[in-house]
Amino acid sequence: MEEKEFTITAFSENSIGLLNRITIIFTRRHLNIESLTVSESAIHGIFKFTIVINTTQTLIEKVVKQLEKIVDVLRAYYLCTEEIIYQEIALYKVPTEALTQSTEIEGLIRKHNARILEVTNEYTVIEKTGHKDETQQLFDDMKGFGVLQFTRSGRIAITKATRERLSEYLVKLDTEKPRVQI
Amino acid sequence: MKTKRVSGSEAVILSLIEEGVNTIFGYPGGAIMPIYDLLYDYQDQIKHILTRHEQGAAHAAQGYARVTGKVGVCMVTSGPGATNLTTGLADAMLDSTPIICISGQVVSGLLGTDAFQETDVMGFSMPITKWNIQITRAEEIPEMMARAFFIATTGRPGPVMIDITKDAQFAELDFKYEKCRDVRSYVPRPKLQMEYVEKAAALINNAKKPMALVGQGVILSGAEKLLLQFIEKAQIPAAWTLLGNSAMPTDHPLNVGMLGMHGNYGPNIKTNECDLLLGLGMRFDDRVTGDVKTYGKMAKVIHFEIDSSEVNKNVKADVAVIADIKETFEAILPLIKETKREEWLNQFKSAYQYEYDKIIEKDIHPEKEGLTMGEVIRRITERTDGEAILVTDVGQHQMIANRYFKFKHSRSVVTSGGLGTMGFGLPAAFGAQRGRPDKTVIAVIGDGGFQMTIQELGTIWQNKAPVKIVLLNNNFLGMVRQWQQLFFDKRYSSTELTNPDFITIARGFGIDGKKVSERKDLDGAINEMLSLEGPFLLEVTVEKEDNVFPMVPAGASVSDIRLE
Repeated sequence: MEEKEFTITAFSENSIGLLNRITIIFTRRHLNIESLTVSESAIHGIFKFTIVINTTQTLIEKVVKQLEKIVDVLRAYYLCTEEIIYQEIALYKVPTEALTQSTEIEGLIRKHNARILEVTNEYTVIEKTGHKDETQQLFDDMKGFGVLQFTRSGRIAITKATRERLSEYLVKLDTEKPRVQI
Repeated sequence: MKTKRVSGSEAVILSLIEEGVNTIFGYPGGAIMPIYDLLYDYQDQIKHILTRHEQGAAHAAQGYARVTGKVGVCMVTSGPGATNLTTGLADAMLDSTPIICISGQVVSGLLGTDAFQETDVMGFSMPITKWNIQITRAEEIPEMMARAFFIATTGRPGPVMIDITKDAQFAELDFKYEKCRDVRSYVPRPKLQMEYVEKAAALINNAKKPMALVGQGVILSGAEKLLLQFIEKAQIPAAWTLLGNSAMPTDHPLNVGMLGMHGNYGPNIKTNECDLLLGLGMRFDDRVTGDVKTYGKMAKVIHFEIDSSEVNKNVKADVAVIADIKETFEAILPLIKETKREEWLNQFKSAYQYEYDKIIEKDIHPEKEGLTMGEVIRRITERTDGEAILVTDVGQHQMIANRYFKFKHSRSVVTSGGLGTMGFGLPAAFGAQRGRPDKTVIAVIGDGGFQMTIQELGTIWQNKAPVKIVLLNNNFLGMVRQWQQLFFDKRYSSTELTNPDFITIARGFGIDGKKVSERKDLDGAINEMLSLEGPFLLEVTVEKEDNVFPMVPAGASVSDIRLE
């Protein structure tokens, strides 16, 4: 079966070691994580993992079920790239002297919709948000300036569906979760 | 609720008492000493059993849990004490056994500094536990202990590791205990979806040749009686996985035997002839399915399973009911039509007869001079009349014992299935005996595995535990030797053993024993073993180069089952 890119979003409690528990699932299946972002979700106290993986449809279904089986994971979903709006952020540090001597800088900033965050005598920090190929393009275009540092964030994503699926799930949990008799 | 000012150590013990624990297995050491000190005050309520190795404590806890249905608890120190539990944790994880392991840890200020006997317990136990937690503050102890018991026992059970720093054991807290009833992110009992139950019932009612695959889920859910009602009403022949053994009485007319690599001929061959496979609380392990591409070729698949991650993992289900199987049986029973399937059931009878003539007869009534494992097992099971608990180690003797031992009651088999842990048998048998002192516990072990945890003879002796050890000695790592013979051109690489005098070793541990090499002495020795009150080692010299058949070679189709 053909491999393609999937974005997993997993919602969890904020417990120590959870990142480890999550990555173990991928390690066991010999899957490489392309990108990983973790931060607090819209619901206070619940954290959101956004993980990008290249794999097959069959395997992603199994992996997501195994993620959901982790005690501290509330819910995990996988989405195809067409189902999400996603973004990454990149920062570039270039020598200020190279910029001032160039005539291209204004054009580059405009073309890439980038912005300048800081200028010192020695360096200038430029920020750009976009997909990986877009942030990569700006990096390639600035190679002539001698990029001193470059960093790119992991992916964050939002679904094309109207509401966050987790909120609905939490409501359902409260009303429908069968209780265990002890 | 009233609270009591206690130390963290006392809180651990009070929590165990609140959860009804009266037996724990363990081994003391520096980082767990505060709790051991308190155990001294609670000896009348909690019996601590000192094993000879932490691995022994873990397997004993497993044996205890498997026969009682309660949580098995073990307690160890930091560092090597904790790492020695790994095999037991991994085994309990694969075989869904509820155990709780409590390890001491260096004081919290020293975490991560490579202090003496410090190891990353959270890190190493994470992939082999259902849940784990490190406690650094005494106040957390009651809540986390309650959570540990809840998680270990509910849903698909499994092992939980609790790592408690030494300062948390010393510090004080106001103790009050509330049992855990819910963890927000954890759904132990998925809600039964009636529409899938109806779909499953329709498939069952329309099937001509259905076959049920009974797994340990039936036992864990306490659904044995409902299972019988279900298969009896629909007249479905039912085979069992290794871990599902004893869920049905051996002589039940619909019990058609063991599945998988060394299972019975009928259920394996019929897997590819039936039109409906019903996975009941089992996970389609590769030792059951063989090559999945050719598995159940003619069949629709129904899967009743509590763990949704098992559904479609190995075998694609046409209908899955994700719920506690007891609830599923209750829901589906009224929808099942009473059916007669004499012709189909007769096919299993003829398959059994074929296997009997080709294999079983020679196994249990051998004509050759040397003793076979099969005849030893049959003689013992005839004497114990289906009432004994069987504990095995791993290898040829395990397959033979599970094939030929007979059972009347559920939870009568303790064996290492998923992980296949050699060395499991002896300590697990000890734990099983502690859990069910009213039962005769027979530990069937090979000469290889026996020497992996032989030190637990000391535990058996110290506690005067009447474990009946049956050592089937072929002076070989028999199962590996069998594979070498069949698949590696008889190149017997590192499988022959030069063994010690086991009877002398047992006597050194204060355990009586007898060695049997001739058929005429077998019955007398079995009688002696069973009639003596204490532990006993019966060593039987069996044929050196016997093989276990039938056999589905690894990766082959269940239809390619070999009878020789």
